[in-house]
Amino acid sequence: MKIHEYQAKELFLQAGMPVPSGEIATNVADAVSIAESIGRPVMVKAQVHVGGRGKAGGVKYAENVEAVRVWAQKILGMDIKGLTVKKILITEAVEIVTECYVGIILDRVTKCPVIMVSAAGGIDIEEVAANTPEKIHKLAVDPILGLKDYQARELASKLYKDIKLVRQAAKIISQLYDVYWMSDASLVEINPLITTPDGKVLAIDAKLNVDDNALYRRKAIAEMRDLDAENPAEVEAREGDLSFVKLDGNIGCIVNGAGLAMATMDLVKYYGGEPANFLDIGGSSNPQKVLTAMRIILSDPNIRSVLINIFGGITRCDDVATGIVLAYEELKPEVPIVVRLTGTNEAQARKILKQVNLKSADTLDNVVKEAIRLAKLDEIG
Amino acid sequence: MSIFINKKTKVVVQGITGRDGSFHATQMKKYGTDVVAGVTPGKGGTKMSGIPVFESVAEAVKATKANTSVIYVPPPFAIDAIYEAADAGVSLIVCITEGVPANDMMKVYKYTKHRGIRLIGPNCPGLISTDQSKVGIMPGNICIKGSVGVVSRSGTLTYEAIWALTCAGMGQTTCIGIGGDQIIGTNFIDTLQAFENDKETKAVVMIGEIGGSDEEEAAKFIKKHMTKPVVGFIAGRTAPPGKRMGHAGAIISGGTGTAEEKVKALEAAGIPVAASPTQLPILLKEKMDELKKKAKTSKKMVMKKTSKPMKKVAAKKGVKKSAAKKKK
Repeated sequence: MKIHEYQAKELFLQAGMPVPSGEIATNVADAVSIAESIGRPVMVKAQVHVGGRGKAGGVKYAENVEAVRVWAQKILGMDIKGLTVKKILITEAVEIVTECYVGIILDRVTKCPVIMVSAAGGIDIEEVAANTPEKIHKLAVDPILGLKDYQARELASKLYKDIKLVRQAAKIISQLYDVYWMSDASLVEINPLITTPDGKVLAIDAKLNVDDNALYRRKAIAEMRDLDAENPAEVEAREGDLSFVKLDGNIGCIVNGAGLAMATMDLVKYYGGEPANFLDIGGSSNPQKVLTAMRIILSDPNIRSVLINIFGGITRCDDVATGIVLAYEELKPEVPIVVRLTGTNEAQARKILKQVNLKSADTLDNVVKEAIRLAKLDEIG
Repeated sequence: MSIFINKKTKVVVQGITGRDGSFHATQMKKYGTDVVAGVTPGKGGTKMSGIPVFESVAEAVKATKANTSVIYVPPPFAIDAIYEAADAGVSLIVCITEGVPANDMMKVYKYTKHRGIRLIGPNCPGLISTDQSKVGIMPGNICIKGSVGVVSRSGTLTYEAIWALTCAGMGQTTCIGIGGDQIIGTNFIDTLQAFENDKETKAVVMIGEIGGSDEEEAAKFIKKHMTKPVVGFIAGRTAPPGKRMGHAGAIISGGTGTAEEKVKALEAAGIPVAASPTQLPILLKEKMDELKKKAKTSKKMVMKKTSKPMKKVAAKKGVKKSAAKKKK
């Protein structure tokens, strides 16, 4: 799960990290009054779950209250890479001498949290990483032993020469490492970490992604979820305990298991169709889940056919069949549906499905081909 | 022969009285697995379908000499269950549980590795050594005995691949799902190495998916160290970047971990990649026939004192063939 910059900064502050003061606004009047209370020039920053906000015009310097009014007006409601800005952070503007990068990621290869620092921070860090990887210094930290002070100091010394700055940065790196663990993050970033003319090191931006699997024990962070920033169908799916990702095609897919769901989508594309979604109903086969899945998929106006592919292991085909019948009765779908059920309790499932009029197929390849054929027929007819 | 589990595997089921634990303990027993004990704190001294239940894994191991643990406990308790099994002295831990926090996994991974304990999973279907033992949740009825090893990051997609092999009459030695999370105990390379060392395994099917770089690393390993033919499948060619496709590990992030890169890496290592799981047996047969032919010709070549250049030619052929398939 992603959280916004202002939320990540709250976590930074709790860990004692130096962050410029600021507050969140959802309308122009609030933005102005926050700026007035800060009483100095401010930054107006769009809060959306996407990188490159600055380049898209979502981050602006405001010298005075009038400028805050102008920029708040412009940025609120702005579209950044398909996301509408609904919140802006009004934060004290600081004079920047140098910009560095500090990040910690969950690294799959070393199976450790890896700390990355670079003296070449700022908005072009991705290009720095791609073109001059030697400018990024990495350290894999033993997850059992944790980060040692000398390690933090060594990393900080890659950023600054002045020992006073090194000490401040080392402390920030250690605190960031604590934030990583305390929030069960999979990624935390400060970009940029800046120095001011009076020799202070500050985190003026913050990014933090949390491991979804750990949200159950991070209630405060789980509550930070911004439903406005997500696709409504994906929200409904999550609440129904389904994995769902919206795509642009017209063939709806309902599958059990993530790998098989991906493979099914891939085959739709391979045989010349366009998948409308990724949807995994998961291992246990509650008929209610199938109903929710059908509701989500049928609510997409682009859908021309639906394919259901179930390989029963723990998932029982008869449960899925019951769910399909339930969905037929409740949702009265108008688009054609083709089903392939194989594995556990397949025979019972076939009996149940006789109650409704739908097409069935015997293999993975055939169910995909049939769904594509039906989608094309529907388009012509 | 087989890898990781066999007739000598004695299983203790952690979370045996839970919904999944009790069901699958029974299923494993039906398959022929030697399920010797179960563990649920508070229910020690009772029995579940004739299997004695203990208070702790240590007690169960002491009483039954269990050497393998399989974990069905809910996510908040799964990590603790792994530590408990490790401290109780089993040599193999299979964690089925999905939804384990990745940062906890990093710690327990180091812990088990340091003690020389094999950890499989989490978020995996477990494994089957055909006609010997099944540990986990795979449906046993789709497997038949034979000489193909199957390794996969997925669950149901693995069943699909096994089923395709079975329908084509290609039986299996061991089928293993290594799990769909970012941090897993046993990876492709560990498993491929075991298949390479296993006398009965003659060929391997490897099923990968988007996210991370394990498939790329495996491709390098296969090219360098494996003599047995390998064919592959990669799921997620149509997955958009930045979205978690169900499995925690199935995510394209920062432009890396795409299916395209993985397919390219495998094909470059001479591993044909199927467009559909149903094509796996066909590719496997082609690859095995090719190797047989190569073996025959290289025997002849040996008589003429040289066999090396032939190897290279054969490897290149493999690449071309699978590339042609893709275009189709």
